Parts: sequence; structure tokens; C-alpha cells
Amino acid sequence: MLLEVRDLHVEFKTRDGVAKAVNGVNYSVDEGETLAVLGESGSGKSVTAQAVMGILDMPPGRIPQGEIFFQGKDLLKLKEDQRRKIRGAEMAMIFQDALSSLNPVLSVGEQLGEMFVVHRGMSKKDSRAKAVELMDRVRIPAAKERVGQYPHQFSGGMRQRIMIAMALALEPKLIIADEPTTALDVTVQAQVMDLLAELQRELNMGLILITHDLGVVADVADKIAVMYAGRIVETAPVKEIYANPAHPYTKGLLESIPRLDQKGQELYAIKGLPPNLLNIPPGCAFNPRCPMAQDICRSKVPPLFDVAEGRQSACHFWKETLDA
Amino acid sequence: MGRYVIRRLLQMIPVFFGATLLIFLMVNVMGDPVAGLCGDRKCDPAVAAQLKKDFGLDQPVWQQYLTYLGNLFTGDFGRAFNGQKVTELMSTAFPVTFRLTLVAIVFEIVIGISLGVLTGLRRGRPIDTGFLLLTLIVISVPTFVTGLLLQLLLGVKWGWVKPAVSPAATFDELLLPGLVLASVSLAYVTRLTRTSVAENARADYVRTAVAKGLPRRRVISRHLLRNSLIPVVTFIGTDVGALMGGAIVTERIFNIHGVGYQLYQGIVRQSSQTVVGFVTILVLVYLVANLIVDLLYAVLDPRIRYA
Amino acid sequence: MPEPTSPKDDLAVSGAGAGGAMDLAVAEGTSLEQPPGSGKSDKARSLWSDAWHDLRRNPVFIVSGLIIAFLVFISLWPSAIASGDPLACDLAKAQQGSQPGHPFGFNGQGCDVYTRTVYGARASVTVGVCATLGVALLGSLLGGLAGFFGGWFDSLLSRITDVFFAIPVVLGGLVFLSVVPGTTVWPVIAFIVLLGWPQIARIARGSVITAKQNDYVQAARALGAGNSRMLLRHISPNAIAPVIVVATIALGTYIALEATLSYLGVGLRPPTVSWGIDISSASAYVRNAPHMLLWPAGALAITVLAFIMLGDAVRDALDPKLR
Repeated sequence: MLLEVRDLHVEFKTRDGVAKAVNGVNYSVDEGETLAVLGESGSGKSVTAQAVMGILDMPPGRIPQGEIFFQGKDLLKLKEDQRRKIRGAEMAMIFQDALSSLNPVLSVGEQLGEMFVVHRGMSKKDSRAKAVELMDRVRIPAAKERVGQYPHQFSGGMRQRIMIAMALALEPKLIIADEPTTALDVTVQAQVMDLLAELQRELNMGLILITHDLGVVADVADKIAVMYAGRIVETAPVKEIYANPAHPYTKGLLESIPRLDQKGQELYAIKGLPPNLLNIPPGCAFNPRCPMAQDICRSKVPPLFDVAEGRQSACHFWKETLDA
Repeated sequence: MGRYVIRRLLQMIPVFFGATLLIFLMVNVMGDPVAGLCGDRKCDPAVAAQLKKDFGLDQPVWQQYLTYLGNLFTGDFGRAFNGQKVTELMSTAFPVTFRLTLVAIVFEIVIGISLGVLTGLRRGRPIDTGFLLLTLIVISVPTFVTGLLLQLLLGVKWGWVKPAVSPAATFDELLLPGLVLASVSLAYVTRLTRTSVAENARADYVRTAVAKGLPRRRVISRHLLRNSLIPVVTFIGTDVGALMGGAIVTERIFNIHGVGYQLYQGIVRQSSQTVVGFVTILVLVYLVANLIVDLLYAVLDPRIRYA
Repeated sequence: MPEPTSPKDDLAVSGAGAGGAMDLAVAEGTSLEQPPGSGKSDKARSLWSDAWHDLRRNPVFIVSGLIIAFLVFISLWPSAIASGDPLACDLAKAQQGSQPGHPFGFNGQGCDVYTRTVYGARASVTVGVCATLGVALLGSLLGGLAGFFGGWFDSLLSRITDVFFAIPVVLGGLVFLSVVPGTTVWPVIAFIVLLGWPQIARIARGSVITAKQNDYVQAARALGAGNSRMLLRHISPNAIAPVIVVATIALGTYIALEATLSYLGVGLRPPTVSWGIDISSASAYVRNAPHMLLWPAGALAITVLAFIMLGDAVRDALDPKLR
């Protein structure tokens, strides 16, 4: 297994108390595999990824419990300097907003080349040639001419390509893409997503795709983990989850996608709001919003029940959900 | 870029004329420009009338202003109360004040930015709170009090530095006055750097730099500081003009014969030519410093350069 | 090429030294120009009640508020805590140190330093309060109108403020006050208003422009609200916060400026009792009798500090970004 996250907990100290952002997450990714992590904002999907990358702000963040195995080593037990050498080289991250995630005062060539200078000890001149190569690879036209330009001179799609190029620079084993297409125009989204998937296949990388967009997931992911209030509530191979969700929350998410064959009907929406992380409801965190909630849901936290081979659901009534 | 520079230059012109006109009016219309010419006694009316005629002061004000400006452009700044050419006074005074300002700017850059980065990276910790309070105190105590106290302590009581500055005003003599002149701006630079660093430290691109696996030192120096220092550099640039104009107080405390001293003498002795001449140069320095800052800003921030 | 949003435009540096601190708020809180809760006017109200809620719990605000209340009290009734006459001096006692009944000692003319320090508050507070009121009214009126109407008036005002910023404050004070003589506080106040208003005008202009662009203001305009109604009901409540913050901090720096000008011999003049004058005359004796300088200088520093801290606290309360 390339990456295995075991029982990870992350909390943040805030002025109003301790926010429990991640509450015992388990997931794993293999080489060449794509895991989509799905959830609303505040579900802990990005925080988990940042903990894996080791870029959480600590303090206020804290990891009280958990293990993150990457190529057999527990990252949380490594010294900061060892972790740093893994970041960027062995695992890399693509962020949502490329404009703010790229340094505005350095040329894209410098920012791309920096990877080689720092991790490979390359000279500035050679690193520039590498930068051009990378830009070619993500199909930015006229790479040689544009390598000296600054992020604001590129279009949104081109900027996200630069982010991808930067993540791929050292051919890492694992890529974490945090909402990589959310900030882009719809027409560009597909291009960027296709490029990412293609490069992933080529390099046989593990990919964690964090998104709230079910549409993006269907085409590229192998398996899906749905997160709610800092926990994984359902995990399954991508096809099965679409066909038949085993958790009411997943079901709600799927039903809230507009579909052509349901024209004229009112669109479904999950009622209520995501929980306050300072004060997560007892029992199943989803119970106040769940149409199927019973007394047990308000008192007992559901564990992940095995539904089928490679398929789990954290719902006391997963059977009923499947049959419904 | 070229158009940007030209636009800035054009904007400077009305400011230059406005500021010099304002000072000219204050000195020549509200004050009595000949009063200082007869020494300490009051002028004899006949002599005063003659003097007024000689200096063209019987003409309308706008004409006087134009004549004055015309003279300026030929390098004639008129004469001081003792008959010395104002340009001569300038040639001795400005180098002294330039040195003083230079010392002050170096203090601002070295101490101000270092403290700002230090506190900005440790926002909310005791060291940050401590320095923040210190900067507030420095800002609150007027420069002349800071100056008198430091002169008393360092110069008189402990004898670390000479309490007064010789006419040569060498750099080592100007260290303490330079620090006093810089003090308030230094506190500002610290606070501004701190805010800017703390704000940028949360920026997405810094997170990216960390995610790239760059060493902390490189994240700070190459990514965080490069962006955070843009407003600081522009502040320090504009401060050059302000420091030179504000040197009056410092120069008086340490008896430095620079621009402030000459201006003070000019005002006390009502020598309008001296005052207007020196202020004109100070306004020019301020404007040029601002122009340089604008250009520097464009150099530092590519978003301006290529906009 | 668009104008660079150079921070220097907000950072208008007025003369260093005493005047420098005027820009404290602007130097750090440009975000103030977008006050939080710039929703509807009820949101603006909740901005103020939120701020008040925060302020009441802020020790910095409480301490500076108490100091200021005390200062105002002794400038109204100095005799309440100082029974002597600040102008009654006995040359025989000149430069003497602390003694019973005269805790701060005597100054160079043999006047009681304690009495003079207490009485000196009046001049400082009067200058600070009156100058700030004048600057705030004139500045926000001109700046607000320029920001609201734009056009030629705005351009003209921008150029005029540029002109004022080009003149170093202390220098301008020396020139102005040497030709407008007087021993009272009024010429000093007039000068500060004359040179200080552009700073507030810039802030007010900026925040009015920001407020004007808010969706709800646009909506009010679309619904046919008239200019005066727009300004009074929709824009001013949201634009006033930055002005108040900057004005509070400026108040402290005006007091420092008055003292600086008095130190240079052109601000207040005897027989007016003022810290600046006392510090100036004490500076000649500073080697032998530093107490003459330290007491009024300390009082001056604490006063300025109190106003700057108050402004700081108010800014923190009004600026949610720092929370």
C-alpha cells in the first residue's frame, strides 16, 4: 500500500474552544489508484490531506492520535527535516486557487525550477530548462517564451496547469489534488481533469482527489470515501456507490444532483446545515439531518459496517438504506 | 512602463507649484519679508519702502512668485539675512542632513525590518507583545523628548557618545542623532513589517511553498519576505522626504548645522529667501523620493509592471 | 496602465517626528476601508455593538479610557488635585528637587513642577480635542463629498491633498506660527486643522468609495434614493469607522505636535502653561536637574500613549480581520 491513514484525529484550538476537524479517518491509496474524497466544506477532507502532506498550521492545529503510513514509514514519527524532503519530491499537492497559490512576484519558471534547485541541487540555468520541459508536458503553448512570465499573466486554466506541472516536477508517488478544478470555468474543468488523469496513468501515481463535485468523481476515481463531520461515512468502489448508496448522506448528495431524466421535478436538498465542529451532535453526527434517524442514531456512534467486499458504511441502518 | 513614469512626472508638477506657492504665500504675504533685513532693529519706513522696491515686493504677489520661480530656474535662490547666498548655505547644510537622513534610513531598514520580521513570525507570543508595546511607547514619546533623554543618558551620564555634533558632522557623530530621527519611523517600519509578514504568512502561496518541501529559511526569505517587504520598502522610500523635513527637531537638540538649523535660523530671523528656498528643495526631494518609490514599486511587483 | 494600488497612497507620511505617528492606523489597517458587516444599516449597527462588546473586555481600552477620563477631568478642574498657582514662582527655589508639599520639585524659574504639570494638561487636551474635531469635520466633509460625487471635485481635492502632504508638518508649523503669532492655543489649532485635514479626507474618501460600491447601496440607488438620503442613511454609517479610528490616534499625535512646536518656540508661549514649553525650558538644565524635564515629558508621553492605545483598541474592535 502506498499510503495508509489510520485512525487520524486532528483538532484546532480556537477562541471558542477546540474544533474537532478530523475524528478517526482511515483510508488508503495504492500506486496508480485514484481515491476521491467527497464532502461538504468543513467535513475534514482538506484537513486530512493537509495532515498527510504535513502542512497543517500547528499550532493552532494538533494531531492527538493516528498514523500516516507512506511507503511503509509513519510520517508522524519522522523529524520535520525528513518530512520536508518527502514533501514535493515523493508526494505533492495541487491547490484549488492557482492564482493565490502561486507566488505573485516570482516568475513561473522560477517557481517550477525551484523544485529542482532545492530537492535535486540543480543549477538555476538547468532548472529553467527543466521548467520549460514541464510546461511543455502540461501542454502550455509557447513554453519557452512564457517561462519568464508571472502567474497573473496566465489564464485560470493555464495557471492550474502550472500548479499541476509543479506537483509533477519530481515525479512523486502520490498526488493530492484539493478541488483542482473548482475555481475554473466549466469548459476548462474537463481539460484540466483529463490532463491530470492522463499524467497519473503515465507515471503510475496514487491520486487523492478531494472534491465536493460528484460529477468530477465518476469519470476518474477508482474508489470513493465520503466524509461528514470529520469521519468517513461511506467508502466504496465508484460504480457501486452511484448505483446504490449505503448511507443516507451519500444518498442525499446523489439525489441533489440535477438529472435530465427528472426534468420538472423539484430538486432534492439535504435539510439543515453541516454540524458545528466545536459541538458535534452525539451519536451519528448526521442524525439531525437524517430522514431515517432513530433513537440509536442519537446515542451510539455507528462504526464502519462491512457492506460488501471493499465497501463500508457508517450507518446503523445501512441495510435499509441499500434496500430503499 | 514609460507611460507610467510620464504620468507620475506630470502629476508631480502641480504638487511642486502648489507646495512652493503655499509656503511662498505664508512667508511673503502673511509675514513681513523685509523685517529681517534690518538686523535686530525695526526698519526705518523709508528704508523698508526702498528695500521693498529693490526686492520687487511692491509688485502683485503672483508676479513676485513668478519672478521668484524664474530666478530659481536660473539657480538664483536669493540671499540670506546676512547677505550670504542661499545656495551657499545649502551647499553646506544639505550634505550634513543627507548624512543624517542616511543614518536614520539605515537604522529603519536594519532594526525596523528585523524586529518586524521577528515579531511578525511570532505573532501573539510574549516577544511580539513586548516589542509591540515598545513601538507604541516610541511612537508616543515625541521625538524631542526621546532625543533629550538619549542625549542625557548616552551622551552626558554614561559618556558613550559625544552629546553634541561638531560642524564636520561625520557619520560616527551622527549615529545617535540618526537613531533619534529614525525612532518614530523605525517603530512604524517594525509594525508595518510585522502586520505584512503576519498577513502574508497565511497566504496560499506560502502554503504552496511549504508543500513544495522548501526549507523554512527559503520559504521565509524567498517567498514570504519578497512579498511582505513591498509595502515596507515603499514606506521607507516616502519617509526620506519626511525625515529631511523632520530633521529640524533633531538638529536643534544635537546642534547639527544642517537643513533644519538653517531653516530655523531663517524663520527666526524672518529671512524669507532662505525659508522658501530650502522648502522648495525639500519639496523637490520629497517628490523625487516618491517618484523613485513608484518606480521601485513597479520593479518589486510584476503585477504593476505588466499591468 | 492602471494606477498601482501602492500602499504609499494610504501611507501618506506626514513629517517625521511628532507628526509621523498620525498615520499609524492607516499604516496597518487598510482593511478598515471595508468595515465588516457592511451589509444593511442594521448590520452597521451590529458592527458597533460588536465592537463595543469587544472593547468593554479589552484591558487596553479600559486603561487608556481611564487615563483619558482623568486627563479630561484635570484639564477641566486642575485645582481639584493641585492647590497651588502654576504662575506663582519663587526664584530662590529654582531647580530644587522634591520636597514636602512639592513632590516634583521646582523648575528653572522656581515654579512648582507638580502644579505646572497638572495645569499643563489643559492646553494639551484643548489642542488635541479641538484640532481633532476640526480636522475630522473638515476632512470627512471634503473627503466624503469627493468620494461620493467623484469627477472634477475629486481630482481637484486629490491634487490639493498631494500638495499638503509634500510639506513637512513641523516645518509648516514653524513657518505658519511664526507669521501668525499669539500666545493662545487657537493659532496652533488652526494650523493643525489646516495641515491635518487632508489625511482624514483621504481616509474618508476611500471608505466612502468602498461603501458606495456595496451592493445594498447600489440597490438603494436603483430604488431611487436621493443623494442626501444615500449619504446620510447608507454610506456614512459604514464609512465613519475608519475616520474615527484614525482621528483618535491622530488626537494623540496632535498633542505631541503641539508640544514639539512649543519646544521649538513657536507653539504655545508663556504665560500659557504647557508641557511643551516646560520641557523646552527644562532642556537647558537637563544635566543638573533632570526632574524638571522628566515630569512634564512623562505626562506628555502617557497622554499621547493613551490616545494612540485607545485608537488601536478601537481599530482592533472594528476590524474583524485581526480577530
